[in-house]
Amino acid sequence: MKKFIFQAVRMVTLLIAISILSFLMMAKSPVDPLTAYIGTNSTISEEAKEEIAEYWGLNEPPLERFLAWAGNTLRGDFGESIVYKQPVLTVIKERFRYSLALMLIAWLSSGILGFLLGIGAAVCKDSVLDKTLKMVCLTFQSAPTFWVGLLMLSIFAVNLGWFPIGLAAPMGKVASEVTVGERIHHLVLPSVTLSILGIGKITLYTRQKLLEILGSEFILYARARGESVWQIVKGHGIKNIAIPAITVQFASFSELFGGIALAETVFSYPGIGSAVTAAGLGGDVPLLLGIAIFSAIFVFAGNLIANILYGIVDPRIREGVSHE
Amino acid sequence: MKDKDKPVLAVKDLSVSFTMYDGGMRRREREMVHQLSLTVNAGEIVAVAGSSGSGKSLLAHAILGILPKNANMTGTLEFCGRRLDEKALKQLRGKEISFIPQSVKYLDPLMKVGRQVMGPCRRRERRSRQAKMKQAFARYQLEESVAKLYPYQLSGGMARRVLISGAVMNQAKLIVADEPTPGLQETLARETMKNFRELAEEGCGVLLITHDIDLALKMADRIAVFYEGDILETVPAEAFAGDGEALGHPYSRAFVKALPQNEFCAPESFGSRV
Repeated sequence: MKKFIFQAVRMVTLLIAISILSFLMMAKSPVDPLTAYIGTNSTISEEAKEEIAEYWGLNEPPLERFLAWAGNTLRGDFGESIVYKQPVLTVIKERFRYSLALMLIAWLSSGILGFLLGIGAAVCKDSVLDKTLKMVCLTFQSAPTFWVGLLMLSIFAVNLGWFPIGLAAPMGKVASEVTVGERIHHLVLPSVTLSILGIGKITLYTRQKLLEILGSEFILYARARGESVWQIVKGHGIKNIAIPAITVQFASFSELFGGIALAETVFSYPGIGSAVTAAGLGGDVPLLLGIAIFSAIFVFAGNLIANILYGIVDPRIREGVSHE
Repeated sequence: MKDKDKPVLAVKDLSVSFTMYDGGMRRREREMVHQLSLTVNAGEIVAVAGSSGSGKSLLAHAILGILPKNANMTGTLEFCGRRLDEKALKQLRGKEISFIPQSVKYLDPLMKVGRQVMGPCRRRERRSRQAKMKQAFARYQLEESVAKLYPYQLSGGMARRVLISGAVMNQAKLIVADEPTPGLQETLARETMKNFRELAEEGCGVLLITHDIDLALKMADRIAVFYEGDILETVPAEAFAGDGEALGHPYSRAFVKALPQNEFCAPESFGSRV
C-alpha cells in the first residue's frame, strides 16, 4: 500500500513537472501560433488577427494561460487542437490507434530478436557469428532513424516498389473499405525501421549481460557438475539476464516514442509521432501538452511494469533483500 | 591391474600457464603451476595447503576442466587409471568426480537450492533424483523444506551442508573441495571436516584445497605443501608434529612455526623455488 502511494505521488509530480516544462518551452519558442495557423503571407486583416489572438488567449500572461489550461485539464478538458481543429483527446485517441500497432510490432520484434541474437552471440563468443552480429548491431545503433527510414523508402518503396511510400492506407480509399492486408502492407516499412533502432542495442546488451553471467562463479560450479553449455544457458543464463533484459525492454518505451516521431514523419504515417511534429511546428500548445502528458504516462507505466516484473523474477527483490 | 589398485587421481607434471598481453601487443606466457605431481588414493584425504593466491585453485580447476579459456595446460591427469581428457571429463564430471565449491556464491542466486542439488535431469529421472536428494539432505540434517529456499536464504552452515549434499548425489569416487571452510565458525568447520572423513571412509578419495594448515593437519592423511605453483613435498600429516623436524623443506618447517600453537612467527621469504 505504501509502495502504491509512493508510486502515485511520483507519477503526479512527474506529470506536473512535465506539463510546466513543456509549456515553458512552447511559450519561449520562436514559433508564433498565429502565424503558423494563418500562414506568413495571408491577407487577413490586423483586426481579425487580433480577434483570433484574443480568442485563443494569446494576449494574456503565460502564467495565467498555463493555470487556465491546468484547471481545464484537471476537469478532463484537454482543450482543442489548433492544427487538427478537433478536441485534443480525440486526436490522441485516433492517432494512437495507428501508433500502437507500429510500436507494438517494433517493440516485440526488436525485443525478442535482440534477446535471441544476443544469447547466440554470447554463447559463440569470438566466432564469426559473434563478430558479424556485433558489427551489424553497431552499424544499426549508430544509424539515425530518419536516415534508415529514408534508405528503406528509396530501396523498397521507390526502386523495388514492394511497399507503399507512405500513409497508413491506400490514398483515396474510404476508411471503412481499407482491408487488414493493406494496413499491414503499410505498416511493414515503418515498423522495420523502428525495430532496427532497438534491435542493435538489445542484442549488444543481452550479449554483454550473458557474458557477465557466464563468467560468474555459479556457472563454474554448474560446469564442474557436468552441465552442458545448453543446460547452463537454459537453466541459469536466461533467468539471470531476465532482469537487465526487462529493464532495457521497458525503458525503451521512451526511445520508442522518440523513434516514432521521426519514423512516422518520414513515412507520413498518421500516428502520434507525426502529430507531435505537426503540433510543435504549428505552435499547437494544447495538443503538444496533451501528447506530452500522455507519453509520460505511457513511459511511466513501462517502468512500473518493469518494477513489478523484477519481483516476479528475483525473490530477493520481492522480499526487499539488498541486491549484491 | 584392476582399477582398484590404482590411485583415484594421479596428476603428473601438471603445468598451467596463461597467455597474457603486456604493453600492447607483446604476448607473454605466464606459468602459474609448475610441473606438479600428486596422487590421491581411495579412502584418503589429501590436503593441498598453501597461502592464498598461490594458484591452488587452478589445480582444482584443471582437474575439473574448468580453467579459463586463455589458460594452457600440460601434463597428464588420470582418474582410476583412465586418462582424463576432455571426453572422459564430460562423462565423469558431476558423476564420479564431484566438486565442492567455496561458498554459497557458487549457487545460482535465482534458482531454488533443491533444483541445484539435483542438477538438471530428464523428467523420468526426476523422481529418483529427488529421492536421492532427500537421502542426502537427511544425511546432513537438512530439512526437506530447505530444498525450496533460495541461496540467499541459507545460513552459513546450511549452505555448507547443501553444497556437500550436491557432491554426494552420485556416489563420487573423487571429491575435490576448494577452500571449503573459510569464514566458518570452528564448530561448523569441524563438522565439515568430519563429513569429509566419513566420505573417505566410504572409499572416496578427497582432495582438499585449503590455506588453513591447522585444519589440514587435523583432518588430512597426507599434506602437500604448495608454494608458488609447486608442491614442495607431500608428507603424512604426522610429519608436522612438534617442531616439524621430519619435514624436508624449510618452507614447510616455517609453516609449522607459523601455527598459532607454536611460535607464530611469519615465514621469511624463500627467494626462489627449490
